[in-house]
Amino acid sequence: MSHIKIELRKEDVDFIKGVCDSFNKDPQELINVLHACQEHFGYLPAEVQEVVSEHLEVPVAKIYGVVTFYSFFTMTPKGKNPISICLGTACYVRGAEKVLDEFKKELGIQVGQTTKDNKFSLSSLRCVGACGLAPVVLVGDKTYGRVAPDDVKNILKEYE
Amino acid sequence: METIKLTIDNKEIEVPKGTTIYKAAKELGIDIPTLCYMDLHDLNIENKPGGCRICVAEVQGKKNLAPTCSTNCEQGMVVKTHTTRVMNARRTVMEFILSDHPKDCLICAKSGNCDLQDMSHRLGIREIPGAEFAEMSTYRKDTSPSIIRELDKCIMCRRCETMCNDVQTVGALSAVNRGFMSTVAPAFEQNLEYSTCTYCGQCVAVCPTGALTEVNHIPQVLRALADPTKTVVVQTAPAVRAALGEEFGLAPGTLVTGKMTAALRALGFDYVFDTDFAADLTIMEEGTELLDRLSRHLKGDKTAKIPILTSCCPGWVNFFEHYFPDLKDVPSTAKSPQQMFGAIAKSYFAEKIGINRKDMVVVSIMPCLAKKYECQRDEFSVDGNPDVDYSISTRELASFIKQANIDIKTLHDEEFDAPLGESTGAAVIFGATGGVIEAACRTAYELYTGKKLERLEFTELRGMEGVRSAIIDFDGLPLNIGIAHGLGNARKLLDDVRSGKSLFHAIEVMACPGGCIGGGGQPLHHGNSEIIKARATAIYTEDRKKPIRKSHENPFIIKLYNEYLGKPGSEKSHHLLHTHYFDKQKKVIIKK
Repeated sequence: MSHIKIELRKEDVDFIKGVCDSFNKDPQELINVLHACQEHFGYLPAEVQEVVSEHLEVPVAKIYGVVTFYSFFTMTPKGKNPISICLGTACYVRGAEKVLDEFKKELGIQVGQTTKDNKFSLSSLRCVGACGLAPVVLVGDKTYGRVAPDDVKNILKEYE
Repeated sequence: METIKLTIDNKEIEVPKGTTIYKAAKELGIDIPTLCYMDLHDLNIENKPGGCRICVAEVQGKKNLAPTCSTNCEQGMVVKTHTTRVMNARRTVMEFILSDHPKDCLICAKSGNCDLQDMSHRLGIREIPGAEFAEMSTYRKDTSPSIIRELDKCIMCRRCETMCNDVQTVGALSAVNRGFMSTVAPAFEQNLEYSTCTYCGQCVAVCPTGALTEVNHIPQVLRALADPTKTVVVQTAPAVRAALGEEFGLAPGTLVTGKMTAALRALGFDYVFDTDFAADLTIMEEGTELLDRLSRHLKGDKTAKIPILTSCCPGWVNFFEHYFPDLKDVPSTAKSPQQMFGAIAKSYFAEKIGINRKDMVVVSIMPCLAKKYECQRDEFSVDGNPDVDYSISTRELASFIKQANIDIKTLHDEEFDAPLGESTGAAVIFGATGGVIEAACRTAYELYTGKKLERLEFTELRGMEGVRSAIIDFDGLPLNIGIAHGLGNARKLLDDVRSGKSLFHAIEVMACPGGCIGGGGQPLHHGNSEIIKARATAIYTEDRKKPIRKSHENPFIIKLYNEYLGKPGSEKSHHLLHTHYFDKQKKVIIKK
């Protein structure tokens, strides 16, 4: 429910308007509009959704519904070092959940959240195509394989 | 038209292409159980997300059971609606729905009126396997001035979403989140109070469970009645008398005006008055404003806003404050009858009986949930004392009467008290769509032309079409009138007003389909428009029975102006009977 109150700049609003215009303000294109906005802003704060609502003439409640339905969309800005833990079948059976729990414990956040200092954010995904390395953890572009819960502290240390 | 032949439960039927199995079965007299499904036939809107899976049936040659509400008939289809497989599937689905549903039926506001409870009974559910292991939702309860949301009881039928988005185009509610967390909520899961909700209550009217209910004000009313220092005055809206009987098993359209009056007196109200009196007063003020704006407009005065829009309906007022704030000086400034009544009761009448307004409690019985919010608006109070203290719905009044073990059916008819109980036929028809503008025409015609109206019933203004228009001849002046009921229809007319395309002189808008008789506080009609039509017929019957049928001929209205207000539109009238509107549009803060 709580969201970060941000103030949009005029150029931000113009950007969103431009995206809506590029899709002929077609409400059917909502998901594409949201994709373009998230690519630009990094996330979809309430204020961005409100401007999209105004220009596509779609109720903001509907937009929030779409944003919360698709796991790709996020309303929280990602941290400087986004951490993704693979929970695909191979990683899962080799203990990825315990690794995830360790990250949650160390960072004090849940999946989909960002640490207060904006350093780390936590997300889970399904299969990165490196099942031989299971369980796999991604931090930014870097891949860590065969991660055990005990490794978590050391991984985080690299980004101190 | 292309037709399709199929067999349902060994009976053959031919239906037009595009017909669902559910509807075809219904034509054969087979009543397939449904839960999420809702058919608003007259509005041409169906809610059939195919989500609950209660309506499944077996289709020969298909592997999976088909949800009949959203599966179209196909040539030569063989459908079975009650095989063992179907009945087991229905029961399992129902058990799953019930597994994480709160089991507090005994004290739930919807108990006895709950589609989920009825379905559980109909399917013979006697146990819920695994219920003790089910994870229960703990979504926070949200209480707004009018509506309570208890999402733990939501079964995701999405009927409320259909009403809010497709019928009313308010867009306050949407399905959000996914999986176990999914629910129906306003944007960003804020409380309803901070959304664009108009409190029309149509979501409450269709909710199959106790997830959406009205705020219950009976305890406060009971306390006021028990307080010997308070004079408790009650007013009843026109639409209530045409529907209250349904809660006591009477046929839809049964008028219970006299019995309702008797019941209210038996409940202990000191004065039983009629909102209809204030409806007559509304016509005097709104009619005068219409004629004033019209004559200035005809003289070429650009400041005279035409069309004039009615302002009796609080759901409608909330709607234009949220969505058309740029047009907020277009609607009439006349308060709604409920608020006019409160203002007069706590000034004129309080002075007449020699009591302080703080010792008077005004209760209104309304077919409406937006009225609860309206009477709590700051501008409708004097030094923190509201003109109308509590507004209770038709459903709440029925419950109140039952709680007090009053048998309404055996009561003898009684009359309203004087002076705020006297009303005309023009006031009664406020309850049906088109009624306010018809009542206004009856008075405005005579005031404008100075001639006696030959034909009182403007039947061209009546009906159930969502948007209607008619030209009324004001002795050579053709008055162009528009009518909309349901906020989606109102939006169409408003868009024209905004773009300058509207040719209407006056427009009546009612937020609920059918007008107040289809209000969010009325006995539940489950989308059956025949019930609404029966209530409309009752309203027009009451009009015909009234000895006086034009607002300006109400002797107590004439007396009120002579003794107290002066004339319509006077300074005192403006102070007591008129209001102003606010810009409530949600705005995004933009840094320059």
